[in-house]
Amino acid sequence: MKQEIIIAGFGGQGVLSMGKILAYSGLMEGMEVSWMPSYGPEQRGGTANVTIILSDNPISSPILNEYDVAIILNQPSLDKFESKVKPGGFLIYDGYGIHGAIRRKDIHVYRVDAMDAATEMKNEKAFNMLILGGLLKVIPMVKLENVLKGLKKSLPERHHKLIPMNEVAIKKGMEIIREV
Amino acid sequence: MEEIKLMKGNEAIAHAAIRYGTDGYFGYPITPQSEIMETLMAEMPWKTTGMVVLQAESEVAAINMVYGGAASGKRVMTSSSSPGISLKLEGISYMAGAELPCVIVNVMRGGPGLGTIQPSQADYFQTVKGGGHGDYRLITLAPYSVQEMADFVALGFDLAFAYSNPAMILADGIIGQMMEKVILPPFRQRKTEAEIRHESPWAVQGKLKDKKVNVITSLELDPALMEKNNNRFQAKYRQIEETEVRYEEYNCQDAEYLLIAFGSSARICMKAVELAREDGIRLGLLRPITLWPFPKKIIETYSTQVKGMLSVELNAGQMVEDVRLAVNGKVKVEHFGRLGGIVFTPDEIITALKEKLL
Repeated sequence: MKQEIIIAGFGGQGVLSMGKILAYSGLMEGMEVSWMPSYGPEQRGGTANVTIILSDNPISSPILNEYDVAIILNQPSLDKFESKVKPGGFLIYDGYGIHGAIRRKDIHVYRVDAMDAATEMKNEKAFNMLILGGLLKVIPMVKLENVLKGLKKSLPERHHKLIPMNEVAIKKGMEIIREV
Repeated sequence: MEEIKLMKGNEAIAHAAIRYGTDGYFGYPITPQSEIMETLMAEMPWKTTGMVVLQAESEVAAINMVYGGAASGKRVMTSSSSPGISLKLEGISYMAGAELPCVIVNVMRGGPGLGTIQPSQADYFQTVKGGGHGDYRLITLAPYSVQEMADFVALGFDLAFAYSNPAMILADGIIGQMMEKVILPPFRQRKTEAEIRHESPWAVQGKLKDKKVNVITSLELDPALMEKNNNRFQAKYRQIEETEVRYEEYNCQDAEYLLIAFGSSARICMKAVELAREDGIRLGLLRPITLWPFPKKIIETYSTQVKGMLSVELNAGQMVEDVRLAVNGKVKVEHFGRLGGIVFTPDEIITALKEKLL
């Protein structure tokens, strides 16, 4: 098994931390993992992205031409990465952030309205976990129990009380994701 | 067994430094390597191993603190990124001239000048061809993984002390910022004063009754003696070239074409090799681990096997000069690079290979 994933959106949306949680989850599964962030001056407002590779075999390049999965959280990221999804690959997007049409016909496209759901939950910090839930529903690359273990590893101890909320958000994301 | 951890290359350097029993780290923050000092500060090793971690007032101050620590026989290190390393070069030249061991980490970013904070390998010349003034060499290790970031701290110190010479870990923004699995080295005790006196009799340790006075300096105004010093340095450098060359071969056995790349570029080249082989091109990768001493003998050996070599670097063509010297015209050697913080993809490498060599 090998999954090459890009998560792209605005800084502040939790792009890097979602990637980190996914990477830690892979670690808990006993997989090889690589987490390569864009590290420009892009906190809040600018674009941020992270490449995550989960694999049963050693990982060569942390930088990729194309991806199995693109998680797209804003319009500039769609413009940049839509063409870089492998044929037959997956594009998952948040309906709130995207206003243009998705042109690719040779990939699976899923929509998860995470911004709306996070607003409904009165917790905008749940946004990235709703997206992660959607991803795991479509491609169950890591078990939920390992995601929870991964959360424990990646979050500082003072935030461990938030793990149940994250679990709720992940499960909610699994419910609301729809194929387009 | 040690737990497998997930961390950035920069963080791995910091943890490895504490575990090695490093006596002191002196630095000044700069992207993309700031996590090294941040991690050291967060770990607070002064409470556990007694290691000093100090944010100096400038890069120049930091390297001179390293000079002082090294002169007293301590395991001391510093880290920076390209513009900061330029500031440290005077101190590095002085340390080479005074034959002082230390570890310097350069997590390279795009230049020249303040340039960009994105990854680059444009400090190859600066590192392996001098940088500072005078005929000196830096033992240069080029990690290509977070694991090697951790492992090369110990290797760097061991080589630096074996040859009384500064050692450089030459990484870049990719290796510094990416997270992957790592097994950290085991904890070692810091050296005691008695051990230092025994193992490094040249060190200055204050006025001791049973000890002759040691003078550590790079200054020698008598040219005859200065030539003698230089000859001693050169003899040492020849010995390092003879015994400390390190490299890795990847799919080289049946290769018709060879990529030569170090550090993060080598990682991207590994993927290019996989893709090229799916395409029926017998491509291999030779990865220099020591950039100085440069693995010229093995590259010369491959010059009779392959039809061409492509030196793939995040710069305008630096290591390619050393590859050409090693090959000495026996086979075509080309360069492919991206500049100023842009990183090539595996596809771009294959396209360049086809355009330039196939």
